[in-house]
Amino acid sequence: MSVNADAAILFQLQQFDLTLGKHRVLHNINLTVRQGEKIAIIGPSGAGKSSLLEVLYRQQPQQIALCPQQGGLVDMLSVYNNIFMGGLERHSSVYNLLNLIRSFNTPRAEIQQLCNELGLEDKLWHSPDRLSGGQRQRVAVGRALYRQQPVFLGDEPVSALDPLQAEHILQLLIKRHNTLLVSLHNRRLALAHFDRVLALRAGELVYDGPAAALTSNDLDAFYAS
Amino acid sequence: MRPDSDALVLLNRLPGVRPAHSSGRRLRRISLLFIAIALACIFLADLALYPTDPWRELGRIGWGFITPYWADSSTLFSALGQTVAFALLALIISVPLGLILAVFYHWRPVRMLAAAVRSVHEIFWGLLFMQLYGLSATTGLLAILIPYTGVFAKVFAEMFDRQAPQPTLAVSPLSSRISRYAYTLIPQSLGEMRSYCRYRFECALRSSAILGFIGLPTLGFHLETAFKQGQYSEAAALLWVFFILIASIRFWLRGWLLPVYAALALWLLPQSPPLGSSYAWQFISQDIWPRALQQGDLAGAAAWYWREFSQVAWPALLQTLYLTQIALVLTGVIALLCYPLASQAISGRALRWPGRLLLLIMRSTPEMMIAFILLLLLGPSGLPAVLALALHNGGLIAFLLANHSEQQPQRADDPKGINRYLYLHTPRLYPGFLAFLFYRWEVILRESAMMGILGIATIGFYIDSAFEEIRYDKAFFLIVVAAALNILIDSLSRRIRRRAGADLSAGVG
Repeated sequence: MSVNADAAILFQLQQFDLTLGKHRVLHNINLTVRQGEKIAIIGPSGAGKSSLLEVLYRQQPQQIALCPQQGGLVDMLSVYNNIFMGGLERHSSVYNLLNLIRSFNTPRAEIQQLCNELGLEDKLWHSPDRLSGGQRQRVAVGRALYRQQPVFLGDEPVSALDPLQAEHILQLLIKRHNTLLVSLHNRRLALAHFDRVLALRAGELVYDGPAAALTSNDLDAFYAS
Repeated sequence: MRPDSDALVLLNRLPGVRPAHSSGRRLRRISLLFIAIALACIFLADLALYPTDPWRELGRIGWGFITPYWADSSTLFSALGQTVAFALLALIISVPLGLILAVFYHWRPVRMLAAAVRSVHEIFWGLLFMQLYGLSATTGLLAILIPYTGVFAKVFAEMFDRQAPQPTLAVSPLSSRISRYAYTLIPQSLGEMRSYCRYRFECALRSSAILGFIGLPTLGFHLETAFKQGQYSEAAALLWVFFILIASIRFWLRGWLLPVYAALALWLLPQSPPLGSSYAWQFISQDIWPRALQQGDLAGAAAWYWREFSQVAWPALLQTLYLTQIALVLTGVIALLCYPLASQAISGRALRWPGRLLLLIMRSTPEMMIAFILLLLLGPSGLPAVLALALHNGGLIAFLLANHSEQQPQRADDPKGINRYLYLHTPRLYPGFLAFLFYRWEVILRESAMMGILGIATIGFYIDSAFEEIRYDKAFFLIVVAAALNILIDSLSRRIRRRAGADLSAGVG
């Protein structure tokens, strides 16, 4: 469980403030994230979880697979292409343009395999607007997995899934990424799968410590107003 | 940093963040300013009424309008076919070109190129290419597709700006720009692009028709001939066919039929000399520059340019601008007066279809044809141009407003009739209306410059004369000056729209 304290630092924020107009979104955040850490971010809505993830994303966009809250799916494209676009940088522009017209065998096999793992095996050629909320969310996760990056930042990536699926998808994400920062509403999942928990409230970091030291009651307290 | 939506909502609620405490007052101030400018322009512009006998002629035109007649259906349909062919092929080429430019719109030279090509009216492009390729398919195609490419580049780039950023965040920043756009912003805006192309196709049909006024074998050519000979029934037949063509676009313009239409269009177009004739190079490298410049006499060239600017271009520009400002305000007045006619929410079911037909006729008749008719009636002053521009653009904006007005939420206790118009719909639509109007500002300017072709003293008149006198250096200089004014007004309009908060989500160019 424990992460080597000498591991390279991935993200660092020192007394970080973020203000939009007169509205304070994040205040006095001190945070160091090292390679290999598995971190859950919890807190009530509007606490600044999404903003924190975005600030972190901008520090290292090249090695992050990002799964934004609305999923960032393109409804005009098939599930296949929505996942394929996670790997655009691995091919030439011409290859990518041709793939829009007709899919190539290699990525099709890879993405079919990925969809099997995500429980989307028969949805490859559907468009995301014809899918349920939970299926859409798994497509967004599929794209993040297809990015094949060492770091995963997810903004409530499993919020629309049933507990069993959520469990399975989180395990898949943890297996395929070295470092993870995931905002979660489900406190049980946060305690079960992550080493470290960040709790945000009104833009401030009110807890930053090992998940093992927390009980469910502690977590409830972070949500109390 | 992109603010998240909750933050933005909160931001708007905070006191003191909004620059003024009444949005309505700000819009009213801008409207009054433009009305005052237009009133001043009335005294400065040449709007003389000539003693003609308009009523008799108007009666004959009116009679012709309700008794359309055409003896020889084959010329009618070949003119119609050519009109569609030019418009369709020009669009098929300019849409992908515009799309490519839009992807690279962050690059300043691309933005400048797009602004430059769209600032010159189709008619002037037509006149330029006519010197090179004569009355050929090449001339007609290039005249439409070059400015349209610039328009598409701008409008598509604006569409990309409005799309949600999340899909772009979820792909690698290391992927190529083309790949990224092909998978995110382009499919995201596909629906908007499709409906915009539809609208632009209607514009291209009008552009194609009026290219007939400079001699290409489209509807405008036969219209001009018929009008000049007083054959109003024949002219009316052409116009009615054109109206039906535009009103029925949505029934026959289908994506899967495009290849068939394109093949037909290629077959229909007139013969064209091969491109890249040696004269083109001489035209670009010598004919469009003053003699002094060709001989390397810079001082002489400067003197020549200054003389042309102060004696010809400047007074012509002022006249063009006066007419534009009057036409702009009149367009607004007509749009606000006419839109309730076509809105079922205000006028009820009975008036809706006659209202729609009126607006269809107003917006489908190319402004050049309205001006041409009014010139016959009122004599050669700025008045016909102003009226024609206001009728055409007013009809166009009224049509858009009527559509928006029908989408307004309705409550059972809402007032009816005129009160509904005054207290609900007009105030709600007003910011959008101003945005539409300011979008049309540069279009009206470009069109009032072009009206000079008909003999009205705007800059187009001097451009046309310079071409007739084979003084290409002068014609080219005047086109550049007119384009520069157009780019200026375009950026001014954008600034005002932003300042007034009168911006629409839908791009209407």
